[in-house]
Amino acid sequence: MMYVLFVNAFIAGVFTLSLARWQFAVTTVFHFLFVPLTIGLGLLVAVLQTAAYRTKDEAYERATRFFGKLFLVNFAIGVVTGIVQEFQFGMDWSRYSVFVGNIFGAPLAIEGLLAFFMESTFLGVWIFGRGRVSNRVHLASIWLASLGTILSAAFIVAANSWMQHPVGYTIDPVSHQAVMNNFWAVMTNSTFLLAYGHVLFSAFLTGSVFMLAVSAWHVRRGHDAAAFAKSIRIAIVVTMVASVGTIFLGDSQAKQMEVQQPMKMAAAEALYTTSSGASFSLLTIGDLAGNPVFQVRVSHLLSVLATNTWNGKVDGINNIQAAAAKKYGAGSYIPVIWILYWSFRVMVGLGFLLLALGAIGLWLMKKRRLETSNVYLRFATWMALAPFIANSVGWIFTEVGRQPWVVYGLLKTSNAVTLIAPGYVAASFIGFTAIYTLLAIVEIGLLIRLARVPTPLTEGALAPEPELIY
Amino acid sequence: MLLLALAPSGLEKLWFALIGVLWLGYFFLEGFDFGVGILVPFVSRDDTDRRVAINTIGPVWDGNEVWLLTAGGATFAAFPLWYATVFSGFYLALLVILAALIFRGMAFEMRHRRDDDAWRRWWDRALFWGSALPALLWGVAFADFVHGVPVGANATWTGTFFDLVKPYALVGGLATLSLFTLHGAAYLALKADGDVRERASAIAARLAPLSFVVVTAFLAWTYLSARSMHHEGLVPPLLPILGLGALAAVTWLTREHLEGWAFVATAVSIVALFTTLLLNLYPNVLVSSISPAYDITIVSSASHPYTLTVMSWVALIFTPLVLAYQSWTYWIFRRRIRRPGEASATTLAPPTG
Repeated sequence: MMYVLFVNAFIAGVFTLSLARWQFAVTTVFHFLFVPLTIGLGLLVAVLQTAAYRTKDEAYERATRFFGKLFLVNFAIGVVTGIVQEFQFGMDWSRYSVFVGNIFGAPLAIEGLLAFFMESTFLGVWIFGRGRVSNRVHLASIWLASLGTILSAAFIVAANSWMQHPVGYTIDPVSHQAVMNNFWAVMTNSTFLLAYGHVLFSAFLTGSVFMLAVSAWHVRRGHDAAAFAKSIRIAIVVTMVASVGTIFLGDSQAKQMEVQQPMKMAAAEALYTTSSGASFSLLTIGDLAGNPVFQVRVSHLLSVLATNTWNGKVDGINNIQAAAAKKYGAGSYIPVIWILYWSFRVMVGLGFLLLALGAIGLWLMKKRRLETSNVYLRFATWMALAPFIANSVGWIFTEVGRQPWVVYGLLKTSNAVTLIAPGYVAASFIGFTAIYTLLAIVEIGLLIRLARVPTPLTEGALAPEPELIY
Repeated sequence: MLLLALAPSGLEKLWFALIGVLWLGYFFLEGFDFGVGILVPFVSRDDTDRRVAINTIGPVWDGNEVWLLTAGGATFAAFPLWYATVFSGFYLALLVILAALIFRGMAFEMRHRRDDDAWRRWWDRALFWGSALPALLWGVAFADFVHGVPVGANATWTGTFFDLVKPYALVGGLATLSLFTLHGAAYLALKADGDVRERASAIAARLAPLSFVVVTAFLAWTYLSARSMHHEGLVPPLLPILGLGALAAVTWLTREHLEGWAFVATAVSIVALFTTLLLNLYPNVLVSSISPAYDITIVSSASHPYTLTVMSWVALIFTPLVLAYQSWTYWIFRRRIRRPGEASATTLAPPTG
């Protein structure tokens, strides 16, 4: 009897864990499709509006309003899916919440107080304030809203970085909770500083590639040439700068990862045995368990990536597993290799593709052939998808690569989940997936629809603000 | 058990108070947002009326909702065990609230984006249910905190969804539903103009007595059950009486067209009701219906003093700033919303975009 009960509880636990992980994956990836666009587009709209304010050129004003509308539609979905993010820690991951609340909760609370109030309040002023506040205050409101989104990313990435690389804490001997003893250490975590830069640049990149893609579509059709000529140029410059920043910081993160989470780096390369002067495989066909059928390899590249030296030693999965088992006790400390291997390659590949997008765009601008280069404009429109895929696989890489830990070295994911019947989690997993699918259809449909409407951009006819906004 | 014997420290008391203030702010502010969302179909004859009603909260609803996010984050940081137990225990109720808030938030930004009646009708439904369900369920949840839910040893949840929807909690839910709707009617009467304002006033005058009865019943039940359980009774009895007094005055204030005062009265009754519940809860944060020994208290659930100290400084510096700019937006948007053309002679421009 006891045995049956135990087995039932075990099966229930396994189901609850899988469902909770799937729910977190679905809701978080979905949330983070829209958040980087909010951060990036918010900044770009602020830049456009500043140009309009400074130059009094109405083309900038039309571009501001056009992209401002897309920004707002996208902002709304980031907000509503963000509420779920904050509460599902308590719902599905209550043992995690108790363990980390002292440390992880603080950035979340501060994020609300410092960032969310700022972005929501000033966005309200921005949407409804045209004509009611001065142009200067109206311009300040979009900058403050944008600053709010940038600040909010800081706190949430700081919280995540603590999970990747815990600092500034002790473990309470009685309650077994992680207890903060140095807030400054948490907010200056080396993992956080690099990750925040990487996330921020990739968010700007998302915004700029989106603006570039939409502008290119209109440029190709000759819609409002004055306005879209301006927005496409700003977008190309930002794409160039942001892709370089993203790649540079991502590379620094790889070196840091080799020190802080060597397993993640080894798994990204499916490197089983420790090697010096390790080569990097661009592509593997066959299995990743060390028996490839076909491979394209670049010699020494992995050593350079991970250690910045030609013949640097990169630890292999087998060694790291043995060391981890000795340190933390028996068990597997190897994440799902194929996810890491491919997500890493897709992310890096798309990063360089976007760098090319920016570079070719700059070159065409210099040659004054941007507007006539149909191939580039078509390519640019299709590249709208790239940053969204890269953002998603980037986070999948980071989070899956930390497994089996939820807090690296301190708490395993299997010990973090709420002890609750799987039926509840199934209900919420199915519910959120259904709601989010519906939202995605409505949202993406509306965004595409609004992105294709050139009407508010007819030259010399800036529509007056309606008396009722909503 | 050892922890229960300890008296709460000043920091723990402070953070219970601050989280209480965040919840009060949330219910005071989003209370009228919910009310407006519920009342849109009842104060409108056409789409322009609906837009007038929605525009009264247009610039502020999102900022109001941040009070909830901050309350949630602060609870997570200051009382992790409270956060973890409540949010995992109230699982399905919270799921409904989250789904409702998702659809409601989308409705504001979506409904005017397409000139299509069917599209708008769907978002109007989302706005109504997205406002009504949380207005009901937050009352249920707070009633459950006070009245007790099946929490066992080590804060483990042993109940099911049906333990949350006991009669007392349902009366609590009806109390907040009626109170928020009334609050929304008072807000609309204050912020809208023309027919919408008239209809909102009429609804406020008629709804106030009903709300008074429900809230009185809820407070009376709270008082009686608190007496029979392990509490002395309602701590300062002045508060609930003040709240009920304010509620009793709403009909008269509305009839006299003292719309500002009617809104103050509904605000006072909301603040009085939730303060009563929170004071009655103290020093617990979640009462166990199994045994007082399993009650989760501010001492047993609190974070360490270091975290609380850091957060106190952050709150001390930034809360006044947030209050200042949020109040400023209410000042900017202080004008009543009217149908386009009602004051001037122009006709309504079609919704752009």
